[in-house]
Amino acid sequence: MASIGKITRRTLLATGALVGGGLVVGLSMSPNRLKLGSDSVLKEGELQLNTWVKISPDNKVTAIIPHSEMGQGSNTALAMMLAEEMDADWDLVDFEYAPALPEYANTGLGKGYLMGDVGIPAFARPLVDFTFLQIAQAMDLQITGGSTAIAFTGEHGMRRAGASARDMMVRAAAARWNVDPSEIAVANSVVSHGSRSATFGELSTEAAKLDPPQSPPLKDRSQFKLIGTSQPRRDIPPKVDGTAMFGIDIELPGMVYAAIKQSPVFGGTVASIEEGSIAGMPGVIRVVNLGDAVAVVADKYWRAKTALDALDVAFDAGANANVTTASIFASYTDELAVNEGSAHVEEGDAKAVIADAAEVITSEYQVPFLAHSCMEPMNCTAVVKNGKVDIWTGAQNPLAARTFAANAIGVDPDNVTVHNQLLGGGFGRRSRDDFIPQAVRIAQDVGMPVKLVWSREEDTQHDFYRPAVSNQFKAVLGDDGMPIAWSNHYINVGQDEPADAPNIQYGIENQSIRSVGMEQPIPLGPWRSVGHTQHSFFNESFIDELAHAAGKDPYEYRRTLLAGAPRHRKVLETAAEKAGWGTPLPPGRARGIAIEQSFGSIVAQVAEVSLSEGGDVKVHNVTIAVDVGTAVNPQAVESQMQSGVIYGLTAALYGNITIDGGRVEQTNFDDYEMIHLAEAPEMRVHIVNSGDTTGGAGEPGTPPIGPAVANALFVLSGERIKSLPIKQYDLRPRNTNQQLSQAFGQAAE
Amino acid sequence: MAFTLKVNGETHTVDVEPDTPLLWVLRDEIGLKGTKYGCGIAACGACTVHMDGAAERTCVLPVEAAEGYEITTIEGLASGGQLHPVQEEWIRNQVPQCGYCQSGMIMAVAALLAENPNPTDQDINDTITNVCRCGTYQRVRDSIHELSDA
Repeated sequence: MASIGKITRRTLLATGALVGGGLVVGLSMSPNRLKLGSDSVLKEGELQLNTWVKISPDNKVTAIIPHSEMGQGSNTALAMMLAEEMDADWDLVDFEYAPALPEYANTGLGKGYLMGDVGIPAFARPLVDFTFLQIAQAMDLQITGGSTAIAFTGEHGMRRAGASARDMMVRAAAARWNVDPSEIAVANSVVSHGSRSATFGELSTEAAKLDPPQSPPLKDRSQFKLIGTSQPRRDIPPKVDGTAMFGIDIELPGMVYAAIKQSPVFGGTVASIEEGSIAGMPGVIRVVNLGDAVAVVADKYWRAKTALDALDVAFDAGANANVTTASIFASYTDELAVNEGSAHVEEGDAKAVIADAAEVITSEYQVPFLAHSCMEPMNCTAVVKNGKVDIWTGAQNPLAARTFAANAIGVDPDNVTVHNQLLGGGFGRRSRDDFIPQAVRIAQDVGMPVKLVWSREEDTQHDFYRPAVSNQFKAVLGDDGMPIAWSNHYINVGQDEPADAPNIQYGIENQSIRSVGMEQPIPLGPWRSVGHTQHSFFNESFIDELAHAAGKDPYEYRRTLLAGAPRHRKVLETAAEKAGWGTPLPPGRARGIAIEQSFGSIVAQVAEVSLSEGGDVKVHNVTIAVDVGTAVNPQAVESQMQSGVIYGLTAALYGNITIDGGRVEQTNFDDYEMIHLAEAPEMRVHIVNSGDTTGGAGEPGTPPIGPAVANALFVLSGERIKSLPIKQYDLRPRNTNQQLSQAFGQAAE
Repeated sequence: MAFTLKVNGETHTVDVEPDTPLLWVLRDEIGLKGTKYGCGIAACGACTVHMDGAAERTCVLPVEAAEGYEITTIEGLASGGQLHPVQEEWIRNQVPQCGYCQSGMIMAVAALLAENPNPTDQDINDTITNVCRCGTYQRVRDSIHELSDA
């Protein structure tokens, strides 16, 4: 709340943004926000024009980016958005990462939330509750997640900051030359009037004395020169020569290393530690009992790990000793039978239509727990000295990381400095707080700088998992085969978001979408695309079932139902057309299609799949159509779409975290399988620039691939995939005539 | 115990237990952080280096078995201030995303192309078995073909 104190009520009212949580919207939109910069980001000779842009005398423009880099490349795109509005020379623009200070809280995300564009991501919930009084706290998030960087920070922060800086340059030049600002031109970081000109750098001292404008005009899309062009990502060169620094690469003078073993059973505690079991092992400094985990600290990482492996430690399993995957799913089924849940969507009267129908189509789906499996295992380096804490890690929300570190040993967050590093994968995992407090507590205990590195086994077995959930569908078809009632009764284990995830875009008159809330003991967290992962699989599989039940082409069926959603229809048509939907395929292959709207973007995918006589599933290629509104850096959008497909396909084919005795059974990449290059389909991305409200790109590529593949496998095998992963099924091809009779997506003979 | 290693053309003497994996010797003794820890069971390839030109996974390779080889890490792949062609292509085609696995990926690809300048898709599938959770595989394959055609 600290930043709110800097804004007076009068200032907020003057912005005129009085809606709903008006004061808070006023804060996020307040021009004064643009002055809330921190001196800590300024180096010698640099002048800060506002929070997000600074200019050096040598004419370099630096965007200060409040997001973490975890592979999505959005920071280059954010700098492009700033440069576009500023009319800066792109070659003279760079970015740096914002420090973890409240001034860099993600107001764009907060505004997006208040405007109804996006929900607060689950990983923000430690800091946010859905009550009005706490909405203001949303402003103190510094989050990378929810595919929000471009849509919110970019649209509401960077473009505005760029336009604001441009205006200040123009006014500074006008004053210097004593001319009217309207006569001044700006291009490529040079301000000019007739024969006179000056660079941004030359004007920076005078410009910095001016107030940022109240509401600088933004460019119309038609004026964009840089936005929409593919630009190399600025973060890539250090990633090809070994110089990129990730959290795990930090080295401090006098640093020691910690390896950790956590209670295998969730909720268990350390019962006993026999330190004698590692007596005399080289390099060991200390054994630290954290209550639910034990750490060994040594002078080298390998010595710490070796000693930990040899350490005789026993855990009390606690209350979850009998939990299994089967017991969790059984509890869902029992609850669905007795609990009609709360209404998420109720339109028309689906219940009555279903009750009166001669024929009701029913189906049940389920998805398993999934780990994130970031390539860089969790790690954090910490120093605790004289009541001050410094941490080095890769955090998706550095500001929250600061709070996590502070709470671990009971100091004020102002005494914590977060040195955020590149993230070796995030996917939601690096928004959570477990490894940070562990490192801080160990560092306090040993009184030395400590680098805590989790093993891959700990990373797999102590994640915050994509929830395992299930649902039950009912539907009724009209005389023309199109659905007239859609009922979805689904389990929600506290991860029911984004709010639109269970929704369908199809024009079905009677809809009843109801959520049954449940508790279960496995730690859960946001996993790339969050609720859309399960709901896309549920909805896009069931609509496919309805199309086949009606004897209609699943693509045409969806297209008909999207008559009232032109953006979606265009994306669907683009994917189908580019994939050659309806054209002949080699024998034994079929196409499946799926579409999902998530995080403000729409993605449709067509997967071309084969099934061998021996039951081997191969996804040959995937055609992707995406509408993110405006693709700021198209080549980066393309790579995010490909990335989303691989992430979603890995889960659909293989992903399955199972629980037995209250603990995760999988340990490493040998029993928690990953897709390799050999199994990666050829992926071709087609960007539809609708120009509509800008959406995200990091997550929306993930949801449709699972159902697209499952829908193709139905054509090939006659078996409907109702539970992921697909590897659980022993599928065999139907005979070719049967396939052809159902082979929508390829030419029938 | 003392071991003598030749890494990126320089000789280093390290004093570690003989079963210490080469990965941790490179990272924590010699200070070459570009080689990454991913799985510890040689399943992901993030720790790949060259030993006498061949791609090797170092997270399970005891240091005592690494003596006598010419070891090259990602830091030593460029020569004379000039990036290796694979590194240049990785920038041109914008292959890395988070970048964590890419040291190992680049080392694996460089070794493949050194031995087989025109690999088929099947050769690539059989040889490049590194895990990339960002899913950069399409651009990796495209770039290998781009380098093969040159």
